[in-house]
Formats: sequence, structure tokens, C-alpha cells
Amino acid sequence: MTISDIQDQIKASSARAVVEKVIAKAREKADYHALLNLTEERALQRADDVDAGKITGKLAGVPFVVKDNFLAFGAPTTAASKMLEHFDAPLQATAVEKLEAEGAICIGKSNLDAFAHGGSTENSAFGPTKNAFDTERVSGGSSGGSAVVTALDIVPFALGSDTGGSIRQPASFNGVVGVKPTYGMISRYGVVAMASSTDVIGSFTTNVADAELVSSIMAGCDVRDMTTLPDFFQVQTEVKPGQKIGLIADFMTDGVDADVRAKVNQYVDGLKAKGHIIESVNLPMAEYALAIYYILVPAELSSNLARYDGIRYGHRAEAVKTLAELYGRTRDEGFVTENKRRIMIGSYVLSSGFFDAYYLQAQKARTLLINQFNELFKKYDLLIGPVAPTTAFKIGENTADPIKMYLGDIMTVPTSLAGLPAISVPAGKSDVSGLPVGVQLMGPMRSDANLLALARSMETI
Amino acid sequence: MMTDEILAKYDMTIGVECHVQLATKTKLFSGVDNDARDKSPNSVVSPIDYALPGMLPVLNRAAVDLAIKAGKALNSTIAKVSRFDRKHYFYPDLPKGYQTTQMYQPIIGAGVVHVPMEDGSIIDVRIHHAHLEEDAGKLTHYGSYSLVDLNRAGTPLIEIVSEPDIHSSAAAKGYVNELYRLMTYAGVTNGDLFHGNMRFDVNVSAALKGAAELGKRAEVKNLNSFRSVERAAEYEFKRQVEILEHGEKVVQETRGWDDAKQKTTSQRSKEDAQDYRYMPDADIPPIILDDTEIAAIQADMPRLPGDWRLILQKLGLEYLAIETLLDAENEFRGKINILQMIESVIDDTKKAKFIANWTVNNFITILRSEPSLNIGSIDYLSLQTAIYDLIESNKLSSTNAKVLFRELIGVDELPNVETYATEKGYIQVSDESAIAAIVDEVLADPISQKAVEDLRNGNDKVIGFLVGQIMKKSGGKANPALAQKLIKERI
Repeated sequence: MTISDIQDQIKASSARAVVEKVIAKAREKADYHALLNLTEERALQRADDVDAGKITGKLAGVPFVVKDNFLAFGAPTTAASKMLEHFDAPLQATAVEKLEAEGAICIGKSNLDAFAHGGSTENSAFGPTKNAFDTERVSGGSSGGSAVVTALDIVPFALGSDTGGSIRQPASFNGVVGVKPTYGMISRYGVVAMASSTDVIGSFTTNVADAELVSSIMAGCDVRDMTTLPDFFQVQTEVKPGQKIGLIADFMTDGVDADVRAKVNQYVDGLKAKGHIIESVNLPMAEYALAIYYILVPAELSSNLARYDGIRYGHRAEAVKTLAELYGRTRDEGFVTENKRRIMIGSYVLSSGFFDAYYLQAQKARTLLINQFNELFKKYDLLIGPVAPTTAFKIGENTADPIKMYLGDIMTVPTSLAGLPAISVPAGKSDVSGLPVGVQLMGPMRSDANLLALARSMETI
Repeated sequence: MMTDEILAKYDMTIGVECHVQLATKTKLFSGVDNDARDKSPNSVVSPIDYALPGMLPVLNRAAVDLAIKAGKALNSTIAKVSRFDRKHYFYPDLPKGYQTTQMYQPIIGAGVVHVPMEDGSIIDVRIHHAHLEEDAGKLTHYGSYSLVDLNRAGTPLIEIVSEPDIHSSAAAKGYVNELYRLMTYAGVTNGDLFHGNMRFDVNVSAALKGAAELGKRAEVKNLNSFRSVERAAEYEFKRQVEILEHGEKVVQETRGWDDAKQKTTSQRSKEDAQDYRYMPDADIPPIILDDTEIAAIQADMPRLPGDWRLILQKLGLEYLAIETLLDAENEFRGKINILQMIESVIDDTKKAKFIANWTVNNFITILRSEPSLNIGSIDYLSLQTAIYDLIESNKLSSTNAKVLFRELIGVDELPNVETYATEKGYIQVSDESAIAAIVDEVLADPISQKAVEDLRNGNDKVIGFLVGQIMKKSGGKANPALAQKLIKERI
């Protein structure tokens, strides 16, 4: 289902009728556990306002879903945690505000790994989201719920956040378009922070044109987020012909399942057939990207999660006797195991005596990685490769082995560390498992429009 | 008790960290009111200060500009690139669980403060660096529970860190006093010490003279007056010398100052020191400055105390008069621009010096002894100039001038001063023949005979009595110098 399909339905009936139908469908698909809360009352009110002509815009009446780490009205913002289970946001994220300003209607808030820590939504304090194509399997994550509501055609688009692959990997697992824009293209204001230096806001859609539309609405400088860039995003209707594309050889090794590689190769051939030049390239620093990521991101998130202390809002432990006990018990009860694991890693690498060896060393390695990307982009317009090493795995399959889970991020974290735009483009289904596979396009900073244009052309491969 | 003799065996070494609250309209990272004074608790707190999920800091550029001005006052370099870092610890008055500060690349680099001492010497205290950071909130404890007030959370501060260049408690006091003058003159802070606009942490150590290394230091935290800095340094030095004299070791620790008991008390030792897990703050891009920008901001600054001193010294004013003027400028800012008034007549050195001294000895004394006095808006330069002219032309005695000045403070409209003095009968008689008659009368008076006798016998002191009699008879109008001259001629 695309945005224009929905707009046709609204024209044929009413925004209210469409929103009611969407909410009914969401309830019908409740078994997938893609949504944590519906924002029904507010959604219907807004639908009525659209029908009455009080709300207009490019997306008037178009329903969407936000990942539940976006501050948004109509339901609590839980970040899929006990910590924020009952937290009602007093304001909305800039991305949500911009979409609402164009008339879009948020109908619910989707499941995620608690505080976006994970790649399967199994770390949600409220239970995992099931894959849209096989309910025995994970949705991917952390933005699993948003990927699944889009794949199930409940809404034409949903928002996610991507710190190290949290949009691209679930998009790949559920066969939808997942966009991680250039760092700073879309405001992070009002989105529960994970890692400040790699967090980005992006979308899930069923086609590329919808991603372009949604991106163009959300993009732009925000005075409330100092890291946003002046608006540079302009939808490119024509694909630049004869682009030089590097296929990252480091991502096409045995560590990646053969059926995934086969799909990537099929799309590489398709791009060649369209007149683009594809060459195999090396990104030697990619080998270290995961190590860099799992030092820097825990460091940043240990800092960003320090505010959840039970003093001002959110969960607060009861019957405590001392301040230390209040902090300890509140955080023990409010965070899931993976949150605590990452906070511990982050606190460790920032500790006096370890900071230089871990954090600083990782920052230096990150610079080398960025330099390698820059070198490649002197010769290539963009890079291509798989999104994840596998298709969606079974629920519970990796939960006992955090390292195995982290390895799933190996091809998405390099661009996150470098702040580069990347898209997961649906590449059909695996010949082996029959599950969706995504192909990843990666470009230099601010090349989002070119990536999307090329991705659009791939829909005909 | 430590005798001076024992104390003299040791060197005192002091370094000071000073927190200055910046006079910005809004907080360092949010748009709410920065002035928490007299506000009800938690009434000036934005979602950013409250550290709601998803909130991001937005750097207040005005704070950067003030830091640049502070840098000039400290004779420091300004960093072309500076960054913010996070200092982590858990406490209920720290909403984010970290303080945003500048650990690795502070905005203000090395500098020096020239501290004028009473004996005319100048002590140079080097500045290690100064950095921008946010203040925390405030906790109030009631029995078994505590209340959090976040009004002050996010208030911009600069922390000025000195080198350990101070070696006496008097110099410590002089240094913090000079910092206060520098920061207020530069317009960096409102300087409200009562409300903690400037707070001092004093690091004190004692070591035997000639020792190769400094002694273990104790840090006395959160002092809010110049006097408490001096007292705390003095107390701490003696305490440490006593420990050393007993052959024991000073513990490196944080201590508090008990103003009522006039002593320091242990708060926490180094072993309890927290690991702040400093980390660059990725939410705030670096502050990038260029020379032109820095120069433009620093050009737009009022004159600093050091420059004023040079100007006032040229008038021939004493140390105490100069420092009194500099302090009074701050004290009565908004009421009267003392230095500007003096400067406006600076070309007439004699007159400028007179007005400066008059201001010190009369005006400032009155303002300080009568704090509720409304001085209105009359032109005090005109008034003091008129007094100067009348005294210079022998028409007004300094005694009457003081009376007249006090009477005219706060009048709605300044009258013609000479006319006023005449009407009030303050003008002194300098007509020799008129005074001569009174002199003769007094000398003939039986009450004066003892004095006249003494004077003839060479006791000059009694002349004052006779002049006094003449002044009395003349209703205070006689020119005393003239009266004295006439007495001497007759005896």
C-alpha cells in the first residue's frame, strides 16, 4: 500500500473512514505485536479535522506509525521500557510535528528493543514483534514494529531511528524500503537518544517514491537540534546515468549467507544492465567497524541514559531507604538486561584509566574508517552491498549470544559511524528461505537524493 | 597553637578555582530565564533543563560572547576551536546525570591576573585556563526528605582556574577581589555575591620552605566572599602546619568552610573521589571562532580595572583612594557612574583629583553609611565642580562644603550652588578688615587670655582654640587660614 493508494481511498470515502479501517486492521494484526499503543482518539479527532478541512497538507489524512522512542501525543512514549511505560510526552518530536503539519495522522506507536538496544525487538520490555512473513521469526530491530506495520500494509509509512542499522536491518527482514539519511538531515529533537553521534531519523515505506516524499517533509535545519544541517534534500526525478558503483568485497565473503549474496549479485547485474559501472572495492577498516561501534555507542548511550534516575519522571523504585538504593533499584527495574549490559560496557570504556585505550582509540579508528569511505567516494558515486548477513532469524535463536546478535550489525554500522546515508532496498525473496532480502546502497554525505533516485530505478529490476 | 615562628618555616601555596555566573538573559542550553533569584522553585525550567527524553542542548551564543570578554579581562588567549564534554555523576540536582562542561578544549586559554596589593606591589597570578559549563540545581533537605529546585540548573558559568601562584591569605583575598572587579567591569557577571554569582574553591597546601615539592593540598569548596577566602586559607594553612609539625601527613581531601565557627571541616577524601567518565558531547558542535570575531567582541567592552588604575594613578591618587573608587563603581552601579564622572574632567588634573578625593571621602562615605538614601538624578559632577570652585576661591570652608554637599544630595533640582551657599550663610568671609575686627574682639575677650599668654610663650597649639572662637563669633563664615594669619600678626 502506497501513500497515493491511501490518498485515493480518502478521496473516495473520508479520512475518518480510512483511519477507522487502518485501526481495525492494526487490531486484527495484533498478534504480530508490532504496535505497543494505538493513538486512536487523537487520530480520529485529526481525521475529522481533515474531513472538515481544518487540517490540510501534502499528507492530509494519511495514517502513519512512529517508533515508540519518538515523543508523540496520544499515547505514552515508552521506548519499549518499564522505565518510561507511563511517560506521557508534553511535546512532540520535530519529525512528527513536520508530518502533522502536512496533515499526516499518527495512529499508533510501534515496538522496538528497549531504548533501541538490539536488532530483533526481542529486547522490548513488552515482548518481541513477529516477522511480517513468518511469525516464528524476528522482525529485526530495533525499529522492528515500524517495519512490520509497513510490510503488513497497515499504514503506508512508519518512522524509525537508526543508530547502527535499526531501520535498514528490519526493512531488509520485512521487504520494505528503509532509509537512514545523512547524519543531521532530519532533526533528532524529541527522539529518545541512544548514541548522539550516530542516531538518525528515517522512514519505512513500501516504495521509494513515498520515502522521498516523507524525507522531503522531515528534512531540514532545526534550531532545537544543533547537529542538523541546512536543508539540502531535493528529490531527483531523473537517475544520473552511468554512475560508478563500488561493490564492497569485504561484505561479500562467507560470513554472509549465500542466498543473501545471490540477491545482491542479481541487483548488481540489474544495475549494470541499466548502464551503471560496478567495480569490486575494498573497505579494510570495515573489519574494525563493529569493535569501534560497540565501544563508542555504549559509551554514548551510558551517558544518554543517565537521566533515567527515578527523580523527575518515569519509573521509580518503591520503598527505598537511601539515594543510592533509589538509583540502583529504579535502574535495575526500569532497564532490560541488554540496556544494563551496554551501560556497563559504556561506563567501563569511559572510566578513568580505560578512556584512552578504548574510547580515544576507537575514535581514532573511526576517523580512519571515515577516511577510507572518503577515498572510495573520490572514485565512486555510491557503494553497494548486503544489509544483513542473514535473512530474519528465529525468535530466540540468538538471544543467548549477544556477540552473534552484534555480528548482525556488521554491514550497517560502518555508514552509521561515518554519518553517511544508506538505504535498504527490497531485493525480493531468498531462493533458500523465501524470506525478504535487502540490498544496501551507501553514498557520501548529502547524497541522499541520488541514492533514493537510484533505489527507485531498482524497483524495475 | 602555631606560633608565627613555626608558621614562618613553611610556605603557603594557594590555587583558586572560581565559578562566575554569566549575566545572560537565558540559560546556557535553553531559552528560559537565567535569573533564578526570588523565583518560586522549578518555575524557570525548560524541558531541556528538566532533561526530558529526546531533549537536546542549544548553545546560547551570548554566553560564548561573555566568555570571550572574560578572556580579555584575564589577559588570556581565546581558543579558535573549543568543545563541550560531559562530566558524569548521579545526584538529584543534576537532571541529565552529567554536567555539560569543557574538559578537553576550553574556550579560554592561559592568561594572567595582576593583583594590586596594599603595599603598592603587584602579584601576578597565572590563569591555567577558564571554561564554560552549566550550573546544577539546588537541593533543600527537610528531615528525612529532600526537595529539588532546578531553577539554577543550566545557568551558564565560567570556571576560572588559577595556577598555584598565591602564597599568602592576603594575596588570595586580593586575587579573588581582583577577579570580581575584572568580571564585573567586563560585564561578564552581575556580581551578586549574596546570590552566589561568584563562588570560590581554594586549594591550600603547606610545605617546608625550600622543599622540592608542594605539600598535599586540601580544597576548601564553595566560598562566597573575599573575606571567607582569606580566612579559610589562613585557617587551612595553620591546620596543615600543625599536622606536619606533629610529623603526620595531610590528607588530600575536599573541605567545607563553616562561616559561623570560622573553620574548615572535612567533606570527602580523595579515596571517595568519583570517576566522572568525561566524554565529548556529540550533541553540541564545536565553537569555532576567528580573530576578527574575537576582536570585534573584545573591542565592544568597557574599560577594565587595570586601565582605570593607570588613569587614576596619573592624578596622584593613593592606593586606597583608587581601590575605593574602583569598588564603589561596582557598588553603586546604576546609581551613579563614578569613574566616568572623574574621567570627564581628567584634563584638569587638579580638579579631577579634587573630585576623586571628594568622592572617596564624602560621597562614597555617605552612600555607604546611608544605604537607603535616594540620590536622585541631579548632576553630581556639576555639584562637585561648584564645590571645587568655591573652595578654590576661598569662598567655602571644607567643613561647610561637607554640610552643603550632604544637604544637596537627592534634591529634585540642583540650585545654583553659590547662591544656595550664600543664602544658607555658608560662604566664608575673606575680607581681611571684617575678620580683623572679630580677631581683635576675641583677643580682647577675657576667656582668651590664657591662650594668648600660652601663644606668646611659644605654645602654637592653642591657636586652634582662638581660631575656633573666631569661627564661632563669625557664625562659621570666617576664613580660618586668614584668621590664623591675623592672630599671628597681632601677637
